[in-house]
Amino acid sequence: MGYEIHLEKFEGPLDLLLHLIRKNEMDIYDIPIAEITTQYLGILDAMQHLNLDVAGEFLLMAATLLHIKSRLLLPVSEEELVEEEEDDPRAELVRRLLEYQKYKDAAGSLEHLPQLGREVFARKFPAAELEEAENTELEAVGLFELVEAFRALLQQAPEPYVHQVEMERLSVSDRINVILTRLSGRESLAFNEIFSARPERNEVVVSFLAILELVKMRLVRLLQNARFGNIWLYPAVAEKSTPSAAVDEGSLGYL
Amino acid sequence: MDISEIKPIVESLLFVSDVPLRPERISEALEIARPQVEQALAALLAEYEEAGRGFVLQQISEGYQFRTRPEYADWVLRLTKTRPVRFSRPALEALAIIAYRQPVTRSEIDYLRGVDSGGVVKTLLERHLIRILGKKDVPGKPLIYGTTREFLEFFGLRDLASLPTLKEFSELNPEELAAGEALLPGFEPLAEEGTPT
Repeated sequence: MGYEIHLEKFEGPLDLLLHLIRKNEMDIYDIPIAEITTQYLGILDAMQHLNLDVAGEFLLMAATLLHIKSRLLLPVSEEELVEEEEDDPRAELVRRLLEYQKYKDAAGSLEHLPQLGREVFARKFPAAELEEAENTELEAVGLFELVEAFRALLQQAPEPYVHQVEMERLSVSDRINVILTRLSGRESLAFNEIFSARPERNEVVVSFLAILELVKMRLVRLLQNARFGNIWLYPAVAEKSTPSAAVDEGSLGYL
Repeated sequence: MDISEIKPIVESLLFVSDVPLRPERISEALEIARPQVEQALAALLAEYEEAGRGFVLQQISEGYQFRTRPEYADWVLRLTKTRPVRFSRPALEALAIIAYRQPVTRSEIDYLRGVDSGGVVKTLLERHLIRILGKKDVPGKPLIYGTTREFLEFFGLRDLASLPTLKEFSELNPEELAAGEALLPGFEPLAEEGTPT
């Protein structure tokens, strides 16, 4: 190979195309498709010669380029000629390239902002104090946080013993009742109160499903006072109007 | 209470807070009317800016927080001995798309970038810079993403409106050629050597 290509340096086919267009000082609104396609395919070829995997996206773009090229070769009818501006097969590609450049540029400006922990620093507190300080600020727990909490719990859960054959059958509806019973007459229930001291994996899974169901039925609300903080179950106040309920649902990822 | 009395009290609260402190929190805690708190904050903001100290008061994520000045970063890092994490280009691109276009779905991000963004979206979720806002009401119910409060805190932004203005391009950005080159060590110009014909 006469040249070395670092395809991985490009974020994707759009990035590579932008590079080629600039390199050749082509007019973005009048891209010589035949030329750019040749160069683009040349690079992909080189990649394959080097036995490197070419990501599917690069191949998809190659197909798009060839498609545009073939459309440009076809004779244009009189009618089409009138609306030529609109009908340029390259228009969509140009729009995508400019759009991509816009966000590539924005990514650059983001990187230039002073980042916390890199350019600027704020005071940090030990975890215990932090919890204390934020105790009053409760936030709705998103699905992702809930999954995180359960994952943490699952990692603690012991692997089942080899000899253990009997398994306790737990049903989601039983679990729902257990949670509701524990919650009744109380203001809130801590997430870890739901589980036994050393929960088995199946208990964790069934509880997770039970909580999801409870949230879906709008019987409980999940709140948290800090990232990775304890998750609290609150009995949901019966919301009458649907619009406000819809907002609540959204925050839980159930839209 | 006089503003000159409120100011040091507000300052002490800001000093002990580890998260950007919202004026309403201060107002609640001190039982002082919001306008007076705002007035004290504005005065402090100006004072720290002028004082030429190692840190300033900044408006972050609808609150106020003391932060060191960027020019002293190297010195602070000598103390903390931490190596700041750098974002990868794909992560920054995906984050920029989410920040400017939220709520946005994965497929929209993929389309704009021209590549699969599953991995970077996951990383951004894990770092709590973005979050799942819900599901879009279209076939397949794809998840929609948006940025978090941590995102604002991380980039020192007051709110989403204070993101750098998104430049609209009608031409290729010529400045980027130089920047692009810097990112491509070892890339030999195509036109000069062995362009396949």
